[in-house]
Amino acid sequence: MTKKVTINFTVNGDRETREAVVGQTLLKFIREDLHLTGTKEGCEIGECGACTVLLDGKPVNSCLVLAVELEGKELVTIEGLSKNGELDKLQHAFIDKFAFQCGYCTPGMIMASKALLDRNPNPTDEDINEALSGNLCRCGAYQEIREAIKASAKQ
Amino acid sequence: MADLKYVGTSVLRKDAVDKVTGAAEFIDDRFLGPLLYVKMKKSTIPHGKIKKLDVSKAQAHPGVKIVMTGKDYPNKIGLYLVDRDFVAVDKVRFIGEPVAIVAATSERAALEAVELIDVEYDELPGVFDPREGMKPGSPLVHDDLEAYERVPIFYPVPGTNISNHFKLRKGDVEKGFAEADLVIERDYYVPQMQHVPIETHKAAAHWSPGGKLTVWSTAQSPNVVRQLLAKAFGLPMHNIRVISSYIGGGFGCKAGASIEGLAIPIAIKFPGYVVKIVFNREEDMQGTFMRQGLYSNLKTGVRNDGRITALEYKMVWDGGAYTEYGVNIVRAAGYSSTGAYDIPNVKTDSYCVYTNNSIGGPVRGFGMCEMQWGIERQIEAIAKELNMDPLEVRLLNGMKEGSTSAAGQVVHHVAYDKCLQVVADKIGWGKKEGKFRGKGIAGLVKCPAQPSNAASSAIIRINEDGSAHVMIGATEMGQGMLTAISQIAAEGLNIPLEKIDIKVPDTDFTPYEWQSVGSRVTYTCGTAVKRAAEDALGQIYTVASNLLEVPKGDLTFDGKMIYSTKDKNIKATIREVTDSCKKCTGEGIAGPIIGRGSFVPTNMTNLDPETGQGNPGLFYCFGATAVEVEVDPETGVITVLQLASSIDAGKAINPQLCHVQLHGGAIMGLSTALYEEVKFDKGVMLNRNFTDYKIAAIDNTPHLDSFIIETPEVNGPYGARGIGEQPMIGVAPAIANAVCDALDIDVNTFPLTPERVWQAIKAKQ
Repeated sequence: MTKKVTINFTVNGDRETREAVVGQTLLKFIREDLHLTGTKEGCEIGECGACTVLLDGKPVNSCLVLAVELEGKELVTIEGLSKNGELDKLQHAFIDKFAFQCGYCTPGMIMASKALLDRNPNPTDEDINEALSGNLCRCGAYQEIREAIKASAKQ
Repeated sequence: MADLKYVGTSVLRKDAVDKVTGAAEFIDDRFLGPLLYVKMKKSTIPHGKIKKLDVSKAQAHPGVKIVMTGKDYPNKIGLYLVDRDFVAVDKVRFIGEPVAIVAATSERAALEAVELIDVEYDELPGVFDPREGMKPGSPLVHDDLEAYERVPIFYPVPGTNISNHFKLRKGDVEKGFAEADLVIERDYYVPQMQHVPIETHKAAAHWSPGGKLTVWSTAQSPNVVRQLLAKAFGLPMHNIRVISSYIGGGFGCKAGASIEGLAIPIAIKFPGYVVKIVFNREEDMQGTFMRQGLYSNLKTGVRNDGRITALEYKMVWDGGAYTEYGVNIVRAAGYSSTGAYDIPNVKTDSYCVYTNNSIGGPVRGFGMCEMQWGIERQIEAIAKELNMDPLEVRLLNGMKEGSTSAAGQVVHHVAYDKCLQVVADKIGWGKKEGKFRGKGIAGLVKCPAQPSNAASSAIIRINEDGSAHVMIGATEMGQGMLTAISQIAAEGLNIPLEKIDIKVPDTDFTPYEWQSVGSRVTYTCGTAVKRAAEDALGQIYTVASNLLEVPKGDLTFDGKMIYSTKDKNIKATIREVTDSCKKCTGEGIAGPIIGRGSFVPTNMTNLDPETGQGNPGLFYCFGATAVEVEVDPETGVITVLQLASSIDAGKAINPQLCHVQLHGGAIMGLSTALYEEVKFDKGVMLNRNFTDYKIAAIDNTPHLDSFIIETPEVNGPYGARGIGEQPMIGVAPAIANAVCDALDIDVNTFPLTPERVWQAIKAKQ
């Protein structure tokens, strides 16, 4: 039988207590239990970065983290970036610079970019390349993503 | 055209807020209702008869609703050649092919049950190299090829693995070689690649007891999915509803029909359930369309002044286990086989050959990347032999206004020379910057590969307040279709862009669109939308004329108000006209306004079966790529220092969207040039994930420059032509040309891995 564990955590600023299935990935928990479908599944094995979320402020591939590891932690997903309907300046920068095409990698890309800017408010191209090298974009919006991050940093 | 308001501006994307907030619904975000999860039992051998298939243990596993095999529904499917089993029937043809499907109430139960299925095979000798596969006496991948239904423009060779032999004969190739001072003959090879959109293939199906089938799919082309499923399952079209969402990247792999057929037969047996199938990354790499491998031989005759007099082009394509779609890539590459060049005498034979590798199919470029690799490398070889500048050879032979294509079609509105020159200038053509640095250039051309009657249609509903819903059947997979089409609608209706709403397709509500493929939607769907907008605007004028009692020709519309040009005080608001217009007496004048538009090409023809001559091109889109590289002669590692790309868009409906397409195509092309190759060992795919199959990431992305040329396509909407696939085509040959320039080496294949470059350096020594 599937064993469940009670976990306490914060998601996008709200405190929550939920049951998580042992062995369930954080990605599945976010999408199927929290119904926050902005976080995307691309490979399930930590290779593409589409499922990147912030856990205690650090970017993680949510497909490589177990839901039970959420205990006592603070989770921020793409849905938590805008506040009261106001987009984050990084989201505005992605729009203004056309920094996406199909948009499937975009939530993960924005969360990884957010984590970079939180720890390094003025990243160089090299800093951006290093921080986002684990987030794949098959449409190839990389140049525009670099521009968006730098534009957001300037504001 | 000087006073366009919406077309030609880089308005922000219609889908922007959805996509940066996580609110954008992709297919997997929409599945509701009681779910059944479908998992596949997959073939572990490349070619063999199914000797035993025992599903009894799987069927008895808790949570399992049903297990189905190919015997349960031996229906076949195919866009151009109906050769493909949904689930293998009697015989498997590639590793990873489904031999049974399980549906269960949980994903886990389905996965467990798959392991309980017992399959035994009688293995057959396999075909892994199409050059061997086309020889007489080769094992046959399909025993009954001649019995397969097909579109009659394809020519299988019965009793062989050749599922299409496209022939082209233009001019007199022998005479052309006789006129040449130099004949160069070389072999080329382009390996298979995978699209790897970050969103894998997904589909779900629901059957209502009343006999209505609803399908959700990542498909690029909901109408074609409906058409093919209607045929395969014997259902009337109005009882099939195909719903699209935002698509997380397509690049061709989601064209035609793909995995929908694995959910439908189960849905039909279990009304009320949503039966869902999601391919994981490995299944996506192994079991969906991939770019066909190409073995080619080019023989080119050229005069001492650099003018090409003759070309003989033989292409042997690795079509894989099923070629239902691939046969048309082989045809398109055949009828385009001179690339961007005007060559008077041409003989081309292009063969689609079945193998026991994975399924070949459409990929961005639709054969042009593979075919023009040979052309653009051959031009380098000519330049080198004649000691000419490769740019000069391209300009000399490049197509111009009035040139004829390989198929003999006269090509118009051509500025290929400008495309070449702008990128050459950008990278400082002709100046050697350092010992291990080199520069390379390549041209490109592509027309949409589509049937001559591939149609589009549009409906524009005008709301009571004068805002509008644009209903079309094209899909949004990142290319920016929603935005560009909205701009065309706003321009045609003369209403502000923010008053336009546009939908992704739902075949029950949105009108017909053949497919969102081939860089055709801006042109074809755009034309239908422009016509629908003009139709609606015409109706607005007619109603206003009735209301204001002013002749139509004396009215003008500024987006909000309709005025008499004779007396500005005679006017009506758009709301007064569109909200079930009535006279001051209360008598009604007109009900809601609905604009309609449709499009079908009138400039395309079938091709002569023996000579391949005719008009296959709806329009021809030219471009060029130039790069500068530095190569480490010790390790063979290539660094791309600069990359410039140009395209003749005719008219850029949204310039920034075009630039982003140019950049995206450049990255995909660079990724194939340097990293990507699907590796097979006797039908076993060796690289089935992103660790083993590398694609370019942000840290592999050089600075990109892009240039839009605008030579109007007179029949395109506002002069536009499609540009989506094209920017990828010239990248691999441009990089190879630059690498060869840097070290004076030669390559005939890519990706240019360090090992391959190092070997080329050694070969020269």
